[in-house]
Order: sequence, then structure tokens, then C-alpha cells
Amino acid sequence: MSRGTLIDLLYLVSATTFILALKGLGSPKRARLGNIIAAVGMLIAVVATFFKQVDGHSLHHVALILIAMAIGVVIAVPTARFVQMTAMPQLVAIFNGVGGGAAALVSITEFVHIHSSRPATYVTLEVLLGVLIGTVSFSGSAIAFAKLQELMTGRPVTYPGQQVLNAIFGLAGLVVIIIILVNGQTLLLWILLIISFILGIAFVLPIGGADVPVLISLLNSFTGLAVAASGFTLGSNLLIVAGTLVGASGILLTRLMSKAMGRSLSNVLFSAFGSVITASAGGADQRPVRSGSPEDAAVLLSFASRVAIIPGYGLAVAQAQHVLRELAEELEAKGIDVFYAIHPVAGRMPGHMNVLLAEANVPYEQLLELDEANSEIQTADVALVVGANDTVNPAAKDDKTSPIYGMPIINADMAENVLFFKRSMRPGFAGIENELLYNPKTTLVFGDAKDTLTKIVAAVKAS
Amino acid sequence: MGNALLQYATVLMLTIFVGIEIIAKVPSILHTPLMSGSNAIHGVILVGSMLVLGSANTTPETILGFLACILATLNVVGGFVVTDRMLEMFKAKPKTAAAKKDEVAS
Repeated sequence: MSRGTLIDLLYLVSATTFILALKGLGSPKRARLGNIIAAVGMLIAVVATFFKQVDGHSLHHVALILIAMAIGVVIAVPTARFVQMTAMPQLVAIFNGVGGGAAALVSITEFVHIHSSRPATYVTLEVLLGVLIGTVSFSGSAIAFAKLQELMTGRPVTYPGQQVLNAIFGLAGLVVIIIILVNGQTLLLWILLIISFILGIAFVLPIGGADVPVLISLLNSFTGLAVAASGFTLGSNLLIVAGTLVGASGILLTRLMSKAMGRSLSNVLFSAFGSVITASAGGADQRPVRSGSPEDAAVLLSFASRVAIIPGYGLAVAQAQHVLRELAEELEAKGIDVFYAIHPVAGRMPGHMNVLLAEANVPYEQLLELDEANSEIQTADVALVVGANDTVNPAAKDDKTSPIYGMPIINADMAENVLFFKRSMRPGFAGIENELLYNPKTTLVFGDAKDTLTKIVAAVKAS
Repeated sequence: MGNALLQYATVLMLTIFVGIEIIAKVPSILHTPLMSGSNAIHGVILVGSMLVLGSANTTPETILGFLACILATLNVVGGFVVTDRMLEMFKAKPKTAAAKKDEVAS
């Protein structure tokens, strides 16, 4: 077997591991194994590439390649290892962005490399698509990162004529691609690069913070397609398979995620969700609310026989998951039945709460998914809302003018009493007023979730 | 348009169906790890980056290829490590909790 064939065979193995890995990632039991399988496959592919012949010679600049990899590893490992769990969505965004950037750079480099040899039109087209999609993914992910990291507002950024302008940018990109295809102007490649960069930013700006995870999934899919385009240019089946896998599954995943929020993908992308201040919310600010001390909350909890805990992003921010579990254990010791109602999009990414609570050693069987939680919550004496807001907002059921109308929520208002932990009266991430706060069943406990919970644990212990 | 292009197009088409089929029934708690895992997989662009840097003849090509290699490595390594960290949370812990309960019960 020649060296080339052997390398192609190893690439085939690698591509197979990626398929197996994606399959594994779809089931809780094999997910971790799946990820490791993909990592092994990636290692095989990278090592094999070192022995590959390109343009009839072995790889140049091997030292540079190794240096670049070393730099990448030195930056990536500590970042990925030690960043707070709450910052995970940002990390995924940024690692996706650099992947898109790499795909665009590969396409540009290949364009520079083959340009003098007057490549066939379809080769140029592949390159240009790689540049366009890769760059959009890069700049889009950067904005998504900035939104999640709160370097900029998480609210949708809108301006007059936004949709039209975006459409013009998109068209301009297409026109430039066509001109390059027709007369092969290298200079125009840089213009395409700039247009793609702006397009990525313009595309992401109007998308509200709560929708960013869906967006990241879509950009992830884009990067996959950019990689597939590079695969065409470089003539690599491995890149085509891996890129297309991610591209295709990513689009489906994006749809599944927006479905979990009860919205359509186009609604997520183009509706500037959360920017509308609804009429019903306008006069709501001045209404009275009932607030209580942590001790009041402790009494209420101690006399309950069934407590539903509804966690949200605020729990992650306050890093209060351990205290929360402690409270749940104290209550259980008193013979109170406790369960957690997990909304599929609670937190900043689906599964965020599961990860967070698993970290605090909360037993899996106590975590109920939306439907089950809603049927159980009717029998609960207290619904304890910790850091959640939009996912318990009854406006999603009642208020047709609300931007979240139609999103499935956890029916906290079906419980006998509602305890709502809040830092302030500020509306949630989506920027929508929450009627539940004014419900006569609701007692608000203001303050940092962790402090509040610590005080309640002490009070419950003492009683 | 050569045979090669047709062959790549075939691979593309088949992979689209595989990609859609494979994740059609994923529970929502795994959406994020799945997104993160597939994020790591498209880091395979590292192989492409190595190829362009490895065939670079001019300084601009070398610089661009070098940058591509760094970015792609970030994508691969960061992607896999983050995914593993997420999935670490899903591992045997719930089982041990269940096992403890069983022990107490028995």
C-alpha cells in the first residue's frame, strides 16, 4: 500500500469516528465516550497529515505548523479548562468563531496559492463560498461572544431599515462573487472579505441575548459548511464529510432548539425578539408586590409538604447551586418532597441547568423535564423560583402581544404559593415584564440568590 | 468539471442525510454538548490549515497559513476540552447517588 493510500485510509477512519461521535453525543450514556472518540479520530487525522505529500513534495514549514499548534494548545487548554461554567456558551461561541476564521483563512490562502494558475470557475466558487461563510461565522460569533460576555448590550440592536440594509449587504456579497467568477479580480476577494465581515455583524446585532444559543448553533452549522467548502477546494473527503456532518446536523439542531422555545427559526433570527415593549408591560411598573424576608421564606418552606424548585440563569450567576442542594436536603430531612422543574431553555443554553445541578450532586431523578414538571407542580405547596424569569412568565400563555407568546413555560402559578428570588425588579434577559411577580400567590425575596439561600438554610435548620 | 468534483458532490449529498438522520432524536438536555461537540469536529479544518501552510510558497501564504493553524488548533482543542468538561457533569454522579439510596434502602 502506498503512503498516500494509507493516509486516505486513516482519513476514512477519522471521518467514521466523527459520525460515531455525533451519534454518541445524542445519548446521555455514550455522550462522553462519543466526544473522546472524535478527539482520537482528530488526532489520527492530524498525525497522518504530517506524512502527506502536497504538490508532489512532503509538507513544508513543519516547524511552523508545530509552533502554531503549540500556541493554540497553550491558549485553548487553560481557557477551556478554567473558565466558569456560566461562561460556557461564550466559550463555544468563540471556539466556533475561530474555526470559521480558520476556514476562511484556508480558503484565502488556497486562492492566493492557485490564483496564478488560473483555476477553473468552480474551484474559485468553492474558495469564495468558503471565505464568505467562514468570515460571517467568525464575525457573527465574535458579536455573539460580546453579547453573552456582556461586553455589549444583550438586547437586540435595531436601527431603521435594518432588514433592507442586511439584504443589500447579502446581495453585494453575491454580486462581488459573480464579478470575481467572471473576470478573476484578486483585489475583489478582499472586498468580499470585508462585506462578509460586516454581514456577520449585521446579521447578529438584531438578535436578542436569550436567543443567542440558537444563533451559535446556526453559526456552528455555517462553520461546518465553510469547512466543507474548503474540503472541495483542497480535494479532501475528510473535510467534506466532517464539515457537511456539522453543517447538516447543525441546521437540524438549530431548528430543534428554536422549537424547544416554541418559536420558529425565522422568528428567532428576524424578529428582533425582546425589543418591543408591549402595552401591557407599560403600566405595570408601579403596581404593588409582596416581598418577604428569607426567614419568611424559610417558614413557608418548612410548612410545605411538596416543593418545586425552578432554577434559571440567576442561579448560575450567583453560583448558588450548592447552597440550593443543601436547602433541598434540609427540606427532605424534614420529610418534604422536593423536585426541580427544568425548563429546556433555562439558563443561557439548553441543558445549562442540568449541568449546573449535576455539578452540585443533585440526584438525576429529582430533575423533571417541562411536561412532567407541569403536571407535578399542581400538587406543590411552594414553587421556588431561583434566578428564573422568562421561563415562568405567564405572558407566554395569556398575552398575545408578548414577544414570548407561545413559548412553553413552567406553570409556577399553579402551585399553592410562589417564592420568587430576585436581585431587583428588573425584567429578565428577554426584557419582558413578568406578571407572575404581581400574582397574589407570589412572595418576592430580594437579594443575591446565594445570600438568600444561605439565610434560608440557616433558618430552616434552626426551626 | 472532473470526476473528482462529482465524487466530492456524492460524498456531500450522502453526508447531509447522515448528518440529519443521526441527531434527529436528541433529548434537549444534550443540545448544548452536541453543539459543542460538533463545534470541535469542524475543527478538522486544522488538517486543511496544515495542508495550506505545508504547501505555502510565498510569505503571505505562510503568514495566512500560520494564522489558520493557530485558529484551527484553538477550535479543535478548545472544542473537545469544553465538551468534555460539560459531559463530565453528566457522568456517573447520578448513578452513585442512586446507588447510595439503594444501599440505605437495603
